[in-house]
Amino acid sequence: MGLYAAIAVRSFRRYATYRAATVAGAFTNTVFGLIVAHTYLALWDERPALGGYDVAQAVTFVWLGQALLAAMSLLGGGFEEELGERIRTGDVAVDLYRPVNLQLWWLCADLGRAGYHLLGRGLVPVLVGGCLFDLRVPTGPARWFAFLVSVLLGIVVSFALRYLVALSGFWLLDGSGVRTVGVLTAVFFSGMLLPLTLFPGWLGELARALPWSALLQVPADVYLGRHAGGELVGAMAFQAGWAVVLLATGQALTAMATRRVVVQGG
Amino acid sequence: MRGYLFIAAMWMRSTLTYRTSFVLLTLAQLVTSGLDFVVIAVMFAHTDTLGGFELGEVAFLYGTSGVALGLADLLVGSAQQVGRRIRDGSLDVLLVRPVPVFAQVAADRFALRRLGRLTQTGAALAWSLVLLDVDWTWDRVLLLPWMLLSGTAIFAGIYVLGAAFQFWAADAAEVQNAFTHGGNTLTQFPPHVFARDLVRGVTFVVPLAFVNWMPALHVLDRPDPLGLPAFADFASPVVAAAVCGVAALAWRAAVRGYRSTGS
Amino acid sequence: MDPTPPPDHPTGDTAFPVPPPRASSSGAATSGGMTGGELIRVENVVKTFTVRTRAGRFRREKTEVRAVDGIDFTVRGGEVVGYIGPNGAGKSTTIKMLTGILVPSSGRLRVAGLDPARERTRLARRIGVVFGQRTTLWWDLPLRDSYALMRRMYRVPRDRYRENLDRCVELLDLADLLDRPVRQLSLGQRMRGDIAAALLHDPRVLYLDEPTIGLDVVSKARVRSFLRAVNTEQGTTVLLTTHDMTDIEQLCSRVMVIDHGRLVHDGDLRGLRLGGHSERTLVVDLERELPPIRLEGARTLRVEGPRQWLAFPATASAAPLVAEIAARFPLVDLSIREPAIEDVIARMYADRAVG
Repeated sequence: MGLYAAIAVRSFRRYATYRAATVAGAFTNTVFGLIVAHTYLALWDERPALGGYDVAQAVTFVWLGQALLAAMSLLGGGFEEELGERIRTGDVAVDLYRPVNLQLWWLCADLGRAGYHLLGRGLVPVLVGGCLFDLRVPTGPARWFAFLVSVLLGIVVSFALRYLVALSGFWLLDGSGVRTVGVLTAVFFSGMLLPLTLFPGWLGELARALPWSALLQVPADVYLGRHAGGELVGAMAFQAGWAVVLLATGQALTAMATRRVVVQGG
Repeated sequence: MRGYLFIAAMWMRSTLTYRTSFVLLTLAQLVTSGLDFVVIAVMFAHTDTLGGFELGEVAFLYGTSGVALGLADLLVGSAQQVGRRIRDGSLDVLLVRPVPVFAQVAADRFALRRLGRLTQTGAALAWSLVLLDVDWTWDRVLLLPWMLLSGTAIFAGIYVLGAAFQFWAADAAEVQNAFTHGGNTLTQFPPHVFARDLVRGVTFVVPLAFVNWMPALHVLDRPDPLGLPAFADFASPVVAAAVCGVAALAWRAAVRGYRSTGS
Repeated sequence: MDPTPPPDHPTGDTAFPVPPPRASSSGAATSGGMTGGELIRVENVVKTFTVRTRAGRFRREKTEVRAVDGIDFTVRGGEVVGYIGPNGAGKSTTIKMLTGILVPSSGRLRVAGLDPARERTRLARRIGVVFGQRTTLWWDLPLRDSYALMRRMYRVPRDRYRENLDRCVELLDLADLLDRPVRQLSLGQRMRGDIAAALLHDPRVLYLDEPTIGLDVVSKARVRSFLRAVNTEQGTTVLLTTHDMTDIEQLCSRVMVIDHGRLVHDGDLRGLRLGGHSERTLVVDLERELPPIRLEGARTLRVEGPRQWLAFPATASAAPLVAEIAARFPLVDLSIREPAIEDVIARMYADRAVG
């Protein structure tokens, strides 16, 4: 336990050293929040209560998206590039021989990173957005708690998805193509483009059932209080379920990759 | 210019050595830039007008802004990688060659895959022209290439400003995304959607309004929300020249600073 | 593995009293009138940097660092000059000023008749630069393509280019590598490729920053013999920085040592050895084991059976010592070892640090 906590702390500190990048990223998130929020205002002006959100909820959704963008690694830039590179160069063999679980190791590192990004890149957009727009704030500590748990689950699902993307490097020559597809899918199906409730018909249903909705759509809905009681538990069970399934897949693939590396000698 | 062309040609050949990756990345670019259009399409699935504009009109804004960004990105977008060259010291290699550094930096890792965005936004623009019900007088016809070129120059100037900024803060490269891609997202939508202060800001401070809003409003025969005099509709090239001038000065100052501090 | 240097070359044991303008004596110089003439002039050049250090939580302190602190030297056409010093002594700062990358804070520089800082791109055509750890070659393209790009960048006439390329290919053994993508080359192969790239436009001066760093013994030897050939046959002036003293011993007729931004030595290797408080070693083989020899002006370093090691100042003559030993002890064999150049340099830095 001590080791894994240490990994997370070290990772948090590592990202904390990129100060200029953090400021630049928070600035860019804020600018995008500003632009997108206005387009949502225009849309909800035409269609109040679209997708089940009122105007304030829709605008809050925008700023939540910008605040969680970095923490959820929706545009990439997390551990997956480093791990992908280690797989490409064969350095990963060293990691596989270590007496630690590869997936758990990177999960802790990514949790540390996400923790930093949540604070460093999430607070500024939300504060600026809160000053300029009428945003919804959860009432009561229970909802805040639920929201934080939902964000944590979202980060784990995001990690598990990116871990699978990185592992594909064991079987594919060039991992950058898969990474790009991974980012595109995440942006499209997480709700980052538009709330998934706005997606028409079967596309909407599909999007809401896929794991990517655990990254933004579900935490945002929990924050906005759209789930109550059993539904809230259901939403979080949905996230947890995907987390378990994806982590288990990652574990199985890691074992396969390990056999491959050990048998073929890297 | 000569230097730019053959360095760009080298990079093209270099990327074409991985044909599959090239095709995939071009497609990815096409899809990435297409996602913005999906947003607009989904929005219009729920409404007929946005800020008083119809789909064809928004598609026109989307297309003109996207083509301008796509061209600027293709031509000088590589300059945004200068931060990496500064960090790993390989900018020095460029400085000892008899070709202007700017030409080398702008052609650095020249990526033909950026044609993906250009293709996608160009198609959207063409589609919007079919959709639009515009009285194509000669001034409106002329305004189209006029605004595409000016818009390209404005975005190019912003790319160069961003590159110059990286000499000062190499880690803060992401700031320029706020102005290039952010500016692109902004100008895809009609100015009437945004708060007046925001429109003022992107008219007088960071003149993104001249990428397409001002000339496009004339083409679409729409009033401009700030009520600027009519010549503003045609002022884009002047603004573009000013942006490029400032960018050139900033670039020179940045290189000069690098050569005196060697950081 | 390392080939012995040709007899006409300065090594650790023989040294030229004056750096010879070797290119002019070889008669094969092609760079015309510059050979033997002054090619580089550095006059009282200073380069200061402002370094910001964090002092306390939010305050930052500016300190001025003199990376190069008033250096003077001239290099004539055809010389091979080694430029050495510990990390951070000002070596690369000097090279960067000589190539026009950095603008000096004060002082005057001329290289091949130009002011590097003001005429950087013009100067670029007259100099060749090899950064040991940064390649100028195109990663994914065959070596040949990078050379074609160099030809266009430097506007080298086609026949001149072909001639130069052929010579480099032959001397650096690049024939099999020309059509291979650079990413597939080993470090040594890539270095050879980089050196060739720097010479295709007939530069008058070739700057090499750590040209043998990380190379295996065979590659090092090949790079050195090539540089010798370029110098003698083309009359190209070479200025190289290195941490490898064998580079210096086998290539350089002249050594400049920089430390804390100042030149602490400028002359030949012999002078470098004499200049410090270095010592030569007398290895004495006696007929049998004896107690340590005690002599005026020498000290016993080691005794191992019948063999003894005696150190004496490098500036002193060995003759009286040898005569005295031969007279007083049953001598079988005797040899003199020059101080290792590494030790000399290390001692020099250490002296500076103390003083």
